Amino acid sequence: MSLKKVSKEQPDKFEFSEENLSLAKKIVLNYPTGKKKSAVMALLYLAQKQNNNWIPLAAMKYIAKYLDISYINVYEVATFYSMYNLSPVGKYFIQICTTTPCMIRGAYKLVDVCKKNISEKENESPDKKNCSWTEVECLGACISAPMAQINEDYYEDLNVKQFESIIKDILKDIKPKPGSYRGRVNSEPEKNRQTLLENKNA
Amino acid sequence: MLKVKVNDIDIEVEEGLTVLQACEIAGAEIPRFCYHEKLSIAGNCRMCLVEIEKSKKPVASCAMPVADGMNIKTNTELVEKARKGVMEFLLANHPLDCPVCDQGGECDLQDQSMFYGIDKSRFKENKRFVPEKYMGPLIKTQMTRCIHCTRCVRFATEVAGVPEIGAIGRGEDMQITTYLEKAMESELSANVIDLCPVGALTSKPYVFEARPWELKKTETVDVMDAVGSNIRVDTYGWEVKRILPKINEDINEEWISDKTRYACDGLKYQRLDAPYIKKKNNFKKISWQDALQILKDKINVTKPEKIAGLTGDLTNMETLFACKELFHKVLKSKNLESREKNIYINLNDRKNYLFNSEIKGIEKSDLILLIGTNPRYEATMLNARIRKSFLKNNTEIFSLEDLGDLTYNYKVLSNTTEEVKKIIENNCDISSKIKNAKYPLVIFGESALTMNSSKYMFEGFKKFLNENNKITEEWNSLNILNTNASAVGSYDLDIVCKTNETLEKIDKNFFEIIFLIGQDNISISKKNEFIVYIGSHGDKGAEIADLVLPGAAFTEQNGYFTNLEGKLQMAFKASYPPGEAKEDWVIINEISKLIDGNGLFKDKNELLTAMNNHINSNKKNEFSNLFKEEYINEKILTLPIDYYHSNVIARSSKTMNECRNIRSKLKKTGTEG
Repeated sequence: MSLKKVSKEQPDKFEFSEENLSLAKKIVLNYPTGKKKSAVMALLYLAQKQNNNWIPLAAMKYIAKYLDISYINVYEVATFYSMYNLSPVGKYFIQICTTTPCMIRGAYKLVDVCKKNISEKENESPDKKNCSWTEVECLGACISAPMAQINEDYYEDLNVKQFESIIKDILKDIKPKPGSYRGRVNSEPEKNRQTLLENKNA
Repeated sequence: MLKVKVNDIDIEVEEGLTVLQACEIAGAEIPRFCYHEKLSIAGNCRMCLVEIEKSKKPVASCAMPVADGMNIKTNTELVEKARKGVMEFLLANHPLDCPVCDQGGECDLQDQSMFYGIDKSRFKENKRFVPEKYMGPLIKTQMTRCIHCTRCVRFATEVAGVPEIGAIGRGEDMQITTYLEKAMESELSANVIDLCPVGALTSKPYVFEARPWELKKTETVDVMDAVGSNIRVDTYGWEVKRILPKINEDINEEWISDKTRYACDGLKYQRLDAPYIKKKNNFKKISWQDALQILKDKINVTKPEKIAGLTGDLTNMETLFACKELFHKVLKSKNLESREKNIYINLNDRKNYLFNSEIKGIEKSDLILLIGTNPRYEATMLNARIRKSFLKNNTEIFSLEDLGDLTYNYKVLSNTTEEVKKIIENNCDISSKIKNAKYPLVIFGESALTMNSSKYMFEGFKKFLNENNKITEEWNSLNILNTNASAVGSYDLDIVCKTNETLEKIDKNFFEIIFLIGQDNISISKKNEFIVYIGSHGDKGAEIADLVLPGAAFTEQNGYFTNLEGKLQMAFKASYPPGEAKEDWVIINEISKLIDGNGLFKDKNELLTAMNNHINSNKKNEFSNLFKEEYINEKILTLPIDYYHSNVIARSSKTMNECRNIRSKLKKTGTEG
């Protein structure tokens, strides 16, 4: 993972929408008085959601002023976490987990699909395409490896063919069905329970 | 007290110390990069690992508090191996560019890898490359060399009070940068260069100038402001290459301001190297003999009361005293003045013009009131202490005026004399707050002392503080913040025109001869006066002068300076005056020799003895009250200081010019947006 690039094209202004502003007020109240700077991560995420899934510099300044901390403090947090996008991403933002369990189960084949169908390089959203992709570290769904996250949904137990059809749907602006692609429910075992059968509520 | 063992030596240490400090007390040296006495503890370089009995793993000693009965070992095989391991990791991504690195020769990483490192690397991969970052005109960056100790980040946030440096990204890709690579907006910014244990942050004006072992080092004091920071001047031949801080816990701790550090290149430019005479608006070089003869002829035909002298802001006490003797004994004139404006000064007692609480006293204060002063620009190091006190004691700070960012929070009162009247008549909250505070500080700036009601305010405050037992042997809360290095020295020597006439008469073009002894800050509308300038730089003073006698700068002569707390310190000679220039007191002595044939002093020792006798005898030690009701309702305005251009040396400095341009650009466009 290399240092995230900050977009060169930046909007001049950012402000929370009325709805998000009241949400932000609620978030700040979650922390003890005098510790409101702890809300920085939640507010950055809120700003990201409001601004087409990426955080402009204006939003960082806005949050810094909102929480009464220095610009660099917000900037540090925003560059640290891969959750925050600092340059525009596609309407469908595809994150492919390539950490060890996923990698062993063929994550790089999914990466190849993206390279072929979307863009040669990560975080590029070529003209006319409504999506962009990136490799990320563990998304915490190792049991369903390999997997990808598209916006807020997990697509699990993928193989190349299924992933290709997902991408094709996305390119047609159709949201594919999230979840396991081998018919599993959440993280339950395939074809029902195999162990601890004597335990009723296991 | 806790009993601990370090390498089988039993010692007793105070509670609250860290293992590293305990080891130092026991005399065991611990290598470190991120730990620094004056900064918060980060514990991220891991170089200070030690072995503690009953602990399975080596412990980072800088972040571990000492506990009773600890058995600490710093010389075991485990510690040695741990240090080697850490060193190998630090060097994995550190470039091997010591031969072209300015830190070479005074680099912590270089030294420590010699002592604690290994001679090979097992890291076969490519080293990381980090692009250079812009951090302003003073700091050169070479971020590939950075080992992420975060000392600079902590310094900027904690000491300087401008949280503008940070670490972005993470892991191997972590980079130290200022927010969007803007210049750091602090007057203490260059201290990060000293703090950097490697060559990542180096001095931009000093880049590739010299190696540390080639330089002659002279420990001396600074004259850029009245604080008198202790410094080390590094010279290469005649040239002053750089200025570094010298630790003095009572004055500047271990920091110095950017002006102190980087105005030194002003010592190279605009220097006066020979006597000059003005003929038809052009300066012509002449010999010393001719110059002094012209001066003698001029003095001989002039009445004593038509001769005036003004001493400057960088003049040392020897020169001041020689001038005083010249005017009193030889020229028989009373018109010698050291002030640039008619500042209200009560010379009856030293306490009337000193920073009585002392700089280290600021640290224990619990209330600070600023009257007509902006300490950030007038005395940067003192401002850093106020910030330290603000962080440590949560000191309440009030200012009569909104001064912008002072690097700490303060409450603004109203900037009228009426507010002062209310306080000293015990009529408002602040008065009771001052009364209740244990160690209050009232700081008068020069701006507050140049007004019509200055006497009322100053003496009134003195009376108020005296009545409430805030001026005692133990704690004197009345403080005056002088801005010139020579100010307190000249008050000690009584170089003040008692009737305040000299400056007015100069404005009215009353005098026929005016001596400017290093005085460049007064604008004189010249008519028929014969102006003699004695000083080091060709600036405003030399421009209007008819006769220029070249003097020495503060690094080129031994000279005493008294700082704003009244501490007498000596500035030592690090270099020598250029060309035909002479030490200032020698010039004054030669002038007197020329006029009365004898000269004032045989040698410097005679001057020093005479000066000491004078200082010890001339103060009446009357700290009595001169308070009378002379109230005038007016606004107290802190006069803006051109920080990077406040004296001749700074004005001649290219680096200071650059800083000034960048700062004014920032002001114009605004940093917000």
